[in-house]
Amino acid sequence: MAGKFMKFDTLSLHAGQHPDSATRARATPIYQSASYVFQDADHAASVFNIERTGHVYSRISNPTNAVLEERIAALEGGVGAIATASGQAAFHLALATILSAGDHVVSSQSIYGGSHNLLSYTMPRFGIETTFVHPRDLDAIRNAIRPNTRLIFGEVIGNPGCEILDVPRVAEIAHDHEIPLLIDSTFTTPYLCKPFDLGADIVFHSATKFLSGHGVVIGGVLVDGGRFDWIRSGKFPTLTESYDGFHGLNFAEEFGPAAYITRARKEGARDFGACMSPTTAFYVLQGLETLPLRMARHVSNTRTIIDFLHSHPAVDWVSYPELADHPDCELAKQLLPKGCGAVFAFGVKGGRQAGHQLIAKLQLFSLLANVGDAKSLVIHPASTTHHRMDAKALEAAGISEGLVRLSVGLEDPDDLIADLDAGLKASQRNR
Amino acid sequence: MKFSVNDSIAYAFTGGREIDSSRETVMFVHGASLDHTVWTLPARHFARRGYNVLAIDLPGHGLSDGECPTAISDYANWLISCLDAVGIEQTALVGHSMGSLIALDCASRYPERVRKLVLVGTAVPMPVTDHLLNAAKDNVSEAIEMLTAWGHSPGAHFGGNETPGMWMIGGLIRLFERGGAGVLHNDLLACNNYVDGMTAARSVKCPTMLILGQHDMLTPARVAKTLAAEIENSETVVLEKTGHTIMSEKPDALLDCLIRMV
Repeated sequence: MAGKFMKFDTLSLHAGQHPDSATRARATPIYQSASYVFQDADHAASVFNIERTGHVYSRISNPTNAVLEERIAALEGGVGAIATASGQAAFHLALATILSAGDHVVSSQSIYGGSHNLLSYTMPRFGIETTFVHPRDLDAIRNAIRPNTRLIFGEVIGNPGCEILDVPRVAEIAHDHEIPLLIDSTFTTPYLCKPFDLGADIVFHSATKFLSGHGVVIGGVLVDGGRFDWIRSGKFPTLTESYDGFHGLNFAEEFGPAAYITRARKEGARDFGACMSPTTAFYVLQGLETLPLRMARHVSNTRTIIDFLHSHPAVDWVSYPELADHPDCELAKQLLPKGCGAVFAFGVKGGRQAGHQLIAKLQLFSLLANVGDAKSLVIHPASTTHHRMDAKALEAAGISEGLVRLSVGLEDPDDLIADLDAGLKASQRNR
Repeated sequence: MKFSVNDSIAYAFTGGREIDSSRETVMFVHGASLDHTVWTLPARHFARRGYNVLAIDLPGHGLSDGECPTAISDYANWLISCLDAVGIEQTALVGHSMGSLIALDCASRYPERVRKLVLVGTAVPMPVTDHLLNAAKDNVSEAIEMLTAWGHSPGAHFGGNETPGMWMIGGLIRLFERGGAGVLHNDLLACNNYVDGMTAARSVKCPTMLILGQHDMLTPARVAKTLAAEIENSETVVLEKTGHTIMSEKPDALLDCLIRMV
């Protein structure tokens, strides 16, 4: 191993885990235990005081979760990670670790609806405001930064328009203002994009999606890149000042590159308590083992379907960053050379009614509100999640009446195309 | 804690406690281009136990200002200046890698100031290949990758960090990246040029412990054992399945050794 590190596919299978020392079990055991026995009172004191390593209580850390956390940190190229109850919990933990009342966030407007809800409606109740900007408008991002701005946030591939965030340039804007860049990397996973290599500072995932792939658990992961210099910035007292909640601990001074993730665990996991179940961590680990294989297939299936849709007479438009007519095509080639993921939207001719008929005909694509499953998924917002909105309101939300979003799974692409073809033909009846 | 040494600001992590010259002291010295954070866990332990703790940032490293000395002996002299600056007469001295050479040199030339000596991940001599030196000078990221890859035992490349959720490889790379321009090359050259180690070892009189990694490829245990043979009052502990990065690979076993020695 001298002089080199293990590669991505190997880390997906092995990082964070050795055969269990107690049982010699090859697979990662599920440590379904709330708490852990101390050797004696002094051992307990030393673990509580961060002099020794070890687990205290599974809300804060757990041996199964630790394998998952270390594996994701390894795949992302970060210093450490925390597994959380959901992607939303990871996002909240990301924010709450460094933001306080009076702080401000600049966020891409093309983000997951749940993230938008948290920033728009919930965080303001706690004194944290957000300005939303178009992810392609770098001047708008720069101009939105105020003296109290403490974070820039975005997704590598926006939702639902597949806008590509120019992560290196946005990171540069953030760092010019001594603030970090947080990325929701759920759609890309570290297989397609490693935001830390592009300059981002913090990453989170909904592990429910591609990381797991099987769609059987809810989970999230928060990862610290370890590069942001909190002390030099001087804008983050939760990391650079003594913390009374842990006997005067100064995270940046004592943990250096791991200051952020250590505070997230020692405060956030302890106080907010949105921890992942170790059984969930086990399931996510099973998915991670095949992440490189699955992502490659997700992308190849998606490309095949894009080709099919692009030439189909019932399709108005297809939005995918690898297409030459997508505004971010060149940027996508640069930042996402392995592919732009498996979630995209297209427009069916005939608007709301046609979309409804398409959805009704599909057999293989499951109609549901999720993405990143091994099984192919579909949603037609105008007839489902957004059915109460009229055409004008939909347009304001960036959703046309004929917009259909696909999450392309791992089935045989011929079967997926046959299903879509039948659906598209059905969509054009009565027109 | 920040204080002035030779007209420059020096930093030492003290475990959040005031220095009291009536108490026993433990001083920790980090390795090439690193900083005090490698010692946070044992430093917190000894602070809670009532010791004065000085986990220092060497000049030009971490939160300490000043120019990096170019010779191990100059670093050792700086340690004494530190002790003088905070009013400490005598200390247990714990050093890792380059820090172990500094500690060894300090104990040999200032025997009255060092009551116990602990050398972690050490070897004398500590030669550095031209390839690594050149990389540290011209392509520091390549040098960091080499040191990080070789610094961890084969098992540590799979992870399994005793600290939950932390990826050791990533942590060490980031810590190296924080080193200032030229610091890594300066420090590796200082290690390479330190040729008085065996002479220094023969003059060390205080109780000494060597804590070595069985799979250390940077300072192999078999080389360190020749050093141990030259130190009159020494004990050697070899930690199994451990590389050079002992503080992150085996933090609890290391602390057990330090408690027994210090």
